[in-house]
Amino acid sequence: MNAALLPSHPIGADPAEKDFLLAVEALTVSFDGFKAVNDVSFYVDPNEIRVIIGPNGAGKTTVLDLICGRTKASSGSITYKGQELTKLSESAIVQAGVGRKFQTPSIYDDLTVFENLEISYPRGRSVLGALTFKRDAAVRDRIEEVAGMIFLKDHLAERAEFLSHGQKQWLEIGMLLIQDPELLMLDEPVAGMSVGERIKTAELLNRIIVGRSVLVIEHDMKFVEDIAHRVTVLHQGKVLSEGSMERVKNDPKVIEVYLGH
Amino acid sequence: MIRPASPSTVHDNPFMKPMEWVSLALLAAVIFLVLPLCLDAFRLNLAGKYLSYAFVALGLVICWGFGGILSLGQGVFFGLGGYCMAMYLKLEASSVENTKIQSTPGIPDFMDWNQITALPWFWKPFASLPFTLIAVIVVPALFAFVVGTAMFRRRVGGTYFAIITQAIAAILTILIVGQQGYTGGINGITDLRTLNGWDIRTDSAHNILYFVNGALLVACILFAQYVKRSKLGRILVAMRDKEDRVRFSGYSVAGFKTFAFCLAAVFAAIGGAMFTLQVGFMSPSFVGIVPSIEMVIYAAVGGRLSLFGAVWGTLLVNWAKTTFSESFPELWLFGLGGLFILVVLAFPNGLAGIYRTYVEPRLTRRAKAPESAPTALPHAAE
Repeated sequence: MNAALLPSHPIGADPAEKDFLLAVEALTVSFDGFKAVNDVSFYVDPNEIRVIIGPNGAGKTTVLDLICGRTKASSGSITYKGQELTKLSESAIVQAGVGRKFQTPSIYDDLTVFENLEISYPRGRSVLGALTFKRDAAVRDRIEEVAGMIFLKDHLAERAEFLSHGQKQWLEIGMLLIQDPELLMLDEPVAGMSVGERIKTAELLNRIIVGRSVLVIEHDMKFVEDIAHRVTVLHQGKVLSEGSMERVKNDPKVIEVYLGH
Repeated sequence: MIRPASPSTVHDNPFMKPMEWVSLALLAAVIFLVLPLCLDAFRLNLAGKYLSYAFVALGLVICWGFGGILSLGQGVFFGLGGYCMAMYLKLEASSVENTKIQSTPGIPDFMDWNQITALPWFWKPFASLPFTLIAVIVVPALFAFVVGTAMFRRRVGGTYFAIITQAIAAILTILIVGQQGYTGGINGITDLRTLNGWDIRTDSAHNILYFVNGALLVACILFAQYVKRSKLGRILVAMRDKEDRVRFSGYSVAGFKTFAFCLAAVFAAIGGAMFTLQVGFMSPSFVGIVPSIEMVIYAAVGGRLSLFGAVWGTLLVNWAKTTFSESFPELWLFGLGGLFILVVLAFPNGLAGIYRTYVEPRLTRRAKAPESAPTALPHAAE
């Protein structure tokens, strides 16, 4: 599948649209006239690891903000499994199956690792549901399972505040995993990690990819090469290049603005 | 609050931990045994009045301590609960034979003084006790729901929310004072006599009301404890910490904040109704900015993260207020302000924080001598 086959007619009418998990089309957002994201289109397949790279201020984080509803688009559309996301609330987008990890580890310092994971368990999300939520065997087993995947099985009773930086990043990835999203968006998941932690994180991402797509923003080129199926390069709010890491690396436009430095 | 536990206790989520049961037993012993045995009827009634403020402090622990939503307008809800109860009691005290010297018998005296000749429509349902008891809960809850939804949906929080709640307290005071004919004005609703025929002014009635108040307070503590240990309680703490993370974990943050605000309002209203019953009147001086801030100080002094601490803080501050304002009436407010600054700067977790940092580690060390478990104290959020 490539960009030339994109549906130009209304979404929902074209069976080809089923092939994409996420279709971002002509997405634009302007902040006081400044177009942070300008006419961006890209398409993510099921089970794909897509990495977005680009210099600072290219609009990478803004694209994730737009997809998860934190920022409202000025124009354009974001279709996830045939559903228009730009009209949904943040919590509805999460419930549709989109999970988002923030750039700095965003975890609950005052709660234990277990409680951090429990809050992300996708049940009892209404006020009443949260009040009557029972910590039953299914919840415990799932939390233990995920804790094992994110290398935190022995830290469940610890307050999250006391984890190392890398462990906090993993905890947040675990909090997303427990939501079981079909589209997982990670903003710089290995920033500030040690080499050993990076390797473990790449291994973790390759393991959790089964049955879902991952959209990653990352600066670490070695890490990008390790995990990316395809790479989208953003520059000044526009898509500069797209394709395999090999292709992107040899694209003269990319070399000029980004990799050549 | 949470200390490293052995693997078997990782998933345990008991209703109360042993130390919390001890705290509850201690508080119950003081309320139901020590105070009634040690105090004369007048002082016990005073203690009952203080304990009615403790409901407000309890609500603030949930709303401010756990949820990080500082309301400087809890007097509004205390007042709404108190006024609902006072309206019922006033109507009962304004029977035709009690008010036969008025130009319009059968309506509250202050209405008669203000040349009102018929009972206003919104007073009429308060002739019914069941309606009043429901209204004590529902009116403040609805008001908090409207205010909370309007604010939190628009993501108004922090200082702005505190300022708006304070403005609401000021507005309600002005409204009550200004609409003298309907509300009793600055004097409030006074000369309350009977509750469904039972004279509430006698010592024995004060005594019974004191115990009813204590029982309701314990019930509210238990409900607050239920909320605290539920996932909702942990979501409140999580929201205080990282609101966006909660939002992007699929929760409607506004809904949870509104719930915490409404619960705090209902607690405050129960306290207000019990205040009216025990003190025998309700006036705008319990609604405005100053009482609202005082109520925040109770929770701050006691410890905004501790349900029991809030009750102790209320008792302590009010005891100090009574003692010092009897001797140095003009200095008391400075003392109160100084106390608040001291607590915020030196002991951000209040009395409960001091207890947890200095007393509890010694107690547990003595209990299990060889074990030296590090105690982790939850940090107060900004």
